Amino acid sequence: MFTALHLAIIAPFIAAVFVPLLYKKIPSIHTGWFVLFVPAILFIYFLQHIPTTSQEGAVTAAFPWVPSLGINFRAYVDGLGLLFALLITGIGALVVLYSIYYLSKKRESLHTFYTFLLMFMGAMLGVVLSDNMIVLYLFWEITSVSSFLLISYWYEREKSLYGALKSMLITVLGGFSMLVGFVLLYSITGTFSIQETIASSSEIVSHDLFLPAMLTILLGAFTKSAQFPFHIWLPDAMEAPTPVSAYLHSATMVKAGIYLVARLTPVFAVSGEWLWLVAGFGITTLFWGSFSAVRQTDLKGILAYSTVSQLGMILSMLGVGAAAFHFQEIDNNLFVGATTAALFHLFNHATFKGSLFMMVGIVDHETGTRDIRNLGGLMTIMPITFTIAAIGSFSMAGLPPFNGFLSKELFFTSMVNITEFQQFNMETFGILFPVVAWIASVFTFIYSMILVFKTFAGPLQKEKLDTKPHEAPFGMLLAPIVLVSLVIVIGFFPNVLSYTIIAPAMASILPSLLQEGQQFEVDIYFWHDWNTELFMTMGVVAAGILLYLGMKKWKGVYKLFPEKLSFNNLYDQTLNKGEVLSQKVMASHMNGFIRNYLVYIFAFVAAALLITMFYKGAFVIDTSGMAPITIYESVLVVVLVASVGVMMFTTSRLTLIIGLGVAGYTVALFFVIFRAPDLALTQLIIETVSVALFLLCFYHLPQIAKNLEPLRFKAGNFIISAAVGITVTLIGISAGSSRMFESISGFFKEYSYKEAGGRNMVNVILVDFRGFDTMLEILVLGIAAAGIFTMIRLRLAGRDEL
Amino acid sequence: MIQGLLTVSAVILSLSILLALYRVAKGPSMPDRVLALDMIGINLISLVAVVSLIQETTAYLEVFLLLGILAFIGTVALSKFIEKGVVIERRRD
Repeated sequence: MFTALHLAIIAPFIAAVFVPLLYKKIPSIHTGWFVLFVPAILFIYFLQHIPTTSQEGAVTAAFPWVPSLGINFRAYVDGLGLLFALLITGIGALVVLYSIYYLSKKRESLHTFYTFLLMFMGAMLGVVLSDNMIVLYLFWEITSVSSFLLISYWYEREKSLYGALKSMLITVLGGFSMLVGFVLLYSITGTFSIQETIASSSEIVSHDLFLPAMLTILLGAFTKSAQFPFHIWLPDAMEAPTPVSAYLHSATMVKAGIYLVARLTPVFAVSGEWLWLVAGFGITTLFWGSFSAVRQTDLKGILAYSTVSQLGMILSMLGVGAAAFHFQEIDNNLFVGATTAALFHLFNHATFKGSLFMMVGIVDHETGTRDIRNLGGLMTIMPITFTIAAIGSFSMAGLPPFNGFLSKELFFTSMVNITEFQQFNMETFGILFPVVAWIASVFTFIYSMILVFKTFAGPLQKEKLDTKPHEAPFGMLLAPIVLVSLVIVIGFFPNVLSYTIIAPAMASILPSLLQEGQQFEVDIYFWHDWNTELFMTMGVVAAGILLYLGMKKWKGVYKLFPEKLSFNNLYDQTLNKGEVLSQKVMASHMNGFIRNYLVYIFAFVAAALLITMFYKGAFVIDTSGMAPITIYESVLVVVLVASVGVMMFTTSRLTLIIGLGVAGYTVALFFVIFRAPDLALTQLIIETVSVALFLLCFYHLPQIAKNLEPLRFKAGNFIISAAVGITVTLIGISAGSSRMFESISGFFKEYSYKEAGGRNMVNVILVDFRGFDTMLEILVLGIAAAGIFTMIRLRLAGRDEL
Repeated sequence: MIQGLLTVSAVILSLSILLALYRVAKGPSMPDRVLALDMIGINLISLVAVVSLIQETTAYLEVFLLLGILAFIGTVALSKFIEKGVVIERRRD
């Protein structure tokens, strides 16, 4: 059944169809105003699902698509899906609002922008609300494609195209890998439904394909979510218009991988590999992203690496949360908190990162640059933007009283708790997690400070700016203001989210831990007592301030990592070297000479047949069914061999043609003595005509000299031709010796007069028993004649024109 | 008796074809080869006739008629080619 839910998911696609129409027909109004309705209405629609998901569980609606293959568009709204759907539509509405002021009606082709954006929005909704893996994969790839289109929105810029290509290659690589994973899961469980897969997770864990399925799906999730070392596409995707960066590359698309990991946690999380891979890659990404962000000079570059690092943080928490599966209930289960933290931070990150991107867009828009070396002193000129930046950045750095503080505390709690986990070597190497997390948080603090103070504090460098800076119009500020007010509201009242959004989402990630009628306790508050986490945060602030102030002294650290060893360089070199290598490989064997290709063909035929015969033991000699050899046949064989020999060693073309004629006539004689008069007749005529045609060619081809070069002996050619000859001979002998059953010729002999009324058996077969072949051979001759005629006439016509 | 004679004549004809073939291979001039080819054609007619006697069949009557025509046409075509360089002259216009 096609329900309102399905309509809600594909509504953006439907709306996308009308966008160009509106753009062309109503040019006076900015197209974005029409588009704004779509996410806004969807947001309200999805808000209505909150009571359902928090109390009753999931809403399901199946729409059969390819039922015979088990592919149904089954929409499934549970806590996790709803959290993402609200983010997508909510931030989508804000981004559209922002883009109305950001993109000029006059200069930009708005219809393409909004069409791509709506495509992306619909695809993203499809990803998070599909229960069927194949449908999920379909929407997943549409997000890749629409992201590709959006990154290359200013397609006349080379960098945009480079970034778009890079993100496309990497995310599609992951997408394919994910598809493989889904198919593997299907082969284990026999269903594409995620919920049914979760239900049979205990059977999956013990299956041989468990690990391959997990690895391939994780590769998909890691590439999409820009995890180390696949994070390299995200900074280059910053060539997209800023609303796109804010929407796709901070709030939604990069979280698709997170969503996938969260969604499949109940399937895979019992294994230690999952815990180590997800948490390990997450924490590495967290560190590397925050470390790299500090060296950036472009505001969007900083935000890109910061997104990478925050995604790593969320992922590491999700990985650590998997430890909860090793306890049977939620009471006294230390590790459930990690999942809470992951979801909470997921939401928080979307709010503050969205506002920060929009802030950067405003700065770019009003000053003409995003380079922090040219910026400074904007605090008094752009006070509202500065407030947005400060709140967003402080929240990102994890300072109270913003929501980032709460999620960072929860993050530290989960990282400290994991050291107490007693399985999978966690008790020995687990200590790395809090240590790396702490160091990464220090770097997070530093780049957050850079973001605020390098842009807004210090002296104003008027001469470096193209335009006179001024505060942005209110409409542009509206969306980031909404987001930062969310940052503050959630900071002060985090429990608004607890039981409406986070607890139901946790129920979808950790379903097996809940008893009937039970609910996760989500209680987020500022004051935890004087515990380790608080001291860690204080340490982060202290170390961060010290390092920020003394940054000039230690910036040389970044020079230790030369450009040549970076992952970007690896990617570029892989592409370049790959291209050069494949060109070389192609040029090495596809050299345009037909003789080379013939060598490949014949060598392959001979080798394949000989090897098959050898391995299958197919060679048989059985002389029992053979006829005696008469003197006539021997003589004819001598004539045939002699004429072929003449052809091989002659240097005159005419001799060659005559030799060929002799061979042909000899074959006709063979037909005579083997009692085939019809064949003999045809062979004689055809041979004569062919010889005449050869003579014609000989005359008409001007480049060919009258005499041939004497044939030189070439070992390779000799071996191949000998091999082909021997192969065919051996197969002939073998086939003749191993006759499996009686031939059907007895039937023709008996019935050619009785049934068809003809005494000439050959002709009866040709026109009666198997007339179809004859008809098509007539067609072949007709085509050949028409072809020859055309070639001659067209060539002459062409010559006239020249 | 008759069979034996036929066999002997078939062998002789075959030898004669072989000898003609030697001429085709050796040359030395092109007309030599063409003539040898013509001779092979005539010998083939005889050979097919003898073979049809040996096999006691009338199925090959068409074959030696056809061979006669072809040998003639072939020789004429080759001769024309040697003389003029073309087999079928194009109408000059």
